[in-house]
Amino acid sequence: MSSPNGHFVSVQKVTKRFGELEVLKQVDLDVAEHNVVCLIGASGSGKSTLLRCINLLEKVDEGSIVVDGQPITHGKVDVNALRRKIGIVFQAYNLFPHMTVLQNVTLGPRKVRGLDRAKARSAALELLRSIGLDDKADEYPDRLSGGQQQRVAIARALAMEPKLLLLDEVTSALDPQLVAEVLNLVRSLTEFGMTMIIATHEMSFAREVSDKVCFLDNGVICEQGAPAQIFSDPQQPRTREFLARIIEAGRM
Amino acid sequence: MHRVLHAFTNPFAFRQALPDIWSGFLINVHMMVIAEALVLVLALLIAIVRGLPGRGSKPLRGLAILYTDFFRGTPLTIVAYACILGLPGLGYGFLKNASSEALGVVALTVVYTAYVTEVYRAGIESVHGSQRMAARSLGLSYLQALRYVVLPQAIRRVIPPLLNDFIGLQKDTAIIGAIGVTEAAAQGTNFANSYFNYTGYFVGAVFFVYLTIPLARFTDHIIREREQRERAAGG
Repeated sequence: MSSPNGHFVSVQKVTKRFGELEVLKQVDLDVAEHNVVCLIGASGSGKSTLLRCINLLEKVDEGSIVVDGQPITHGKVDVNALRRKIGIVFQAYNLFPHMTVLQNVTLGPRKVRGLDRAKARSAALELLRSIGLDDKADEYPDRLSGGQQQRVAIARALAMEPKLLLLDEVTSALDPQLVAEVLNLVRSLTEFGMTMIIATHEMSFAREVSDKVCFLDNGVICEQGAPAQIFSDPQQPRTREFLARIIEAGRM
Repeated sequence: MHRVLHAFTNPFAFRQALPDIWSGFLINVHMMVIAEALVLVLALLIAIVRGLPGRGSKPLRGLAILYTDFFRGTPLTIVAYACILGLPGLGYGFLKNASSEALGVVALTVVYTAYVTEVYRAGIESVHGSQRMAARSLGLSYLQALRYVVLPQAIRRVIPPLLNDFIGLQKDTAIIGAIGVTEAAAQGTNFANSYFNYTGYFVGAVFFVYLTIPLARFTDHIIREREQRERAAGG
């Protein structure tokens, strides 16, 4: 099922404040099923907050969000049921340090989806094999590299078989040589048709994988469009400035 | 000096006092084990209640705060007198027939639960919010996130201070002896009254020290191990 306007996620006129500070101002965003939308913009522009509003880690102050045909900002919402179908991966991985890789990946399936231990285990091992980490199943997260930890975090989210995946600057905490292994994994997910909203500073990656790119500036979606248009022919002066700085920094 | 040694550490009296003090000390150990088990569970429950979110649980949180504030501030001696002398007078059958030892365990439990609640709470708060957030975003409920993600990490971190409190509890079982339970310290007094010699106290002290030293070393060991692990993770 999709939203009335045919989108899987529909964000309408969402405003979010932290005290006096407006971090999102009247934001509109639509994401069609199987599409990939990248959010770009400087740190503090509201990318992460927008993602967190979509799985209700943050409560919006104004406006509405509809996910999979279900309004999540009004009326009675089963938060846990909603989050079951929305995966999120964080910049800092946030793996559970007291659990092995396998336990990290099977916790959600066992406790939320109700799979028995054997079934959760074999599904998790299958998933870990597909991302080349099945040999790390019994390691603790501390023993893995940042790139490996982040891939485990993605596997943990995928193990819930989400219909939507939110990626919050998943490569920002990684050493440059580890970025590629994580991006390759995300790229392979786009090939499977996973619906994703990705906050990222990796511009060439955004250009390559997304169906739509949104440039956020100071809590406002300043410009959105096809990646070719945003990156090659930005209309807004703020977008042009931002991209110029990125190019200057050698990040595109 | 000789007189002091003779009064407190007379070898002959030591041997003579040993059996009675030992039988008294078993009561200390008995009280301590039961109280510690109760404290571990009750304090965890109160710490959890104290951390409950939402406006609805505000009265419960208030009760938990009241409890810890009150009993952390009250001397054990007062609570012990109140329990051992006061509770049987209430007229309830099960309290009237309760032994002083059992009522002493109640006093120890009530007071130490207040301390240990704070220890647990510090542990729970030391687990970074992003852990809870990661658990909740998998669809785990508040209590599931607590049970599988927050508490295992929190409890691991507070084991050293928990053991410290238990050493305190162990020693404070002797206070119950002052109020009518013939444990090691009270046996020491009995011995002193009969023989005009205080070596009985020394025997009791030796028993307590023998019990706490392994616990203290174990605590050190756990702290050291954790420091090493964290350093390894940080590098």
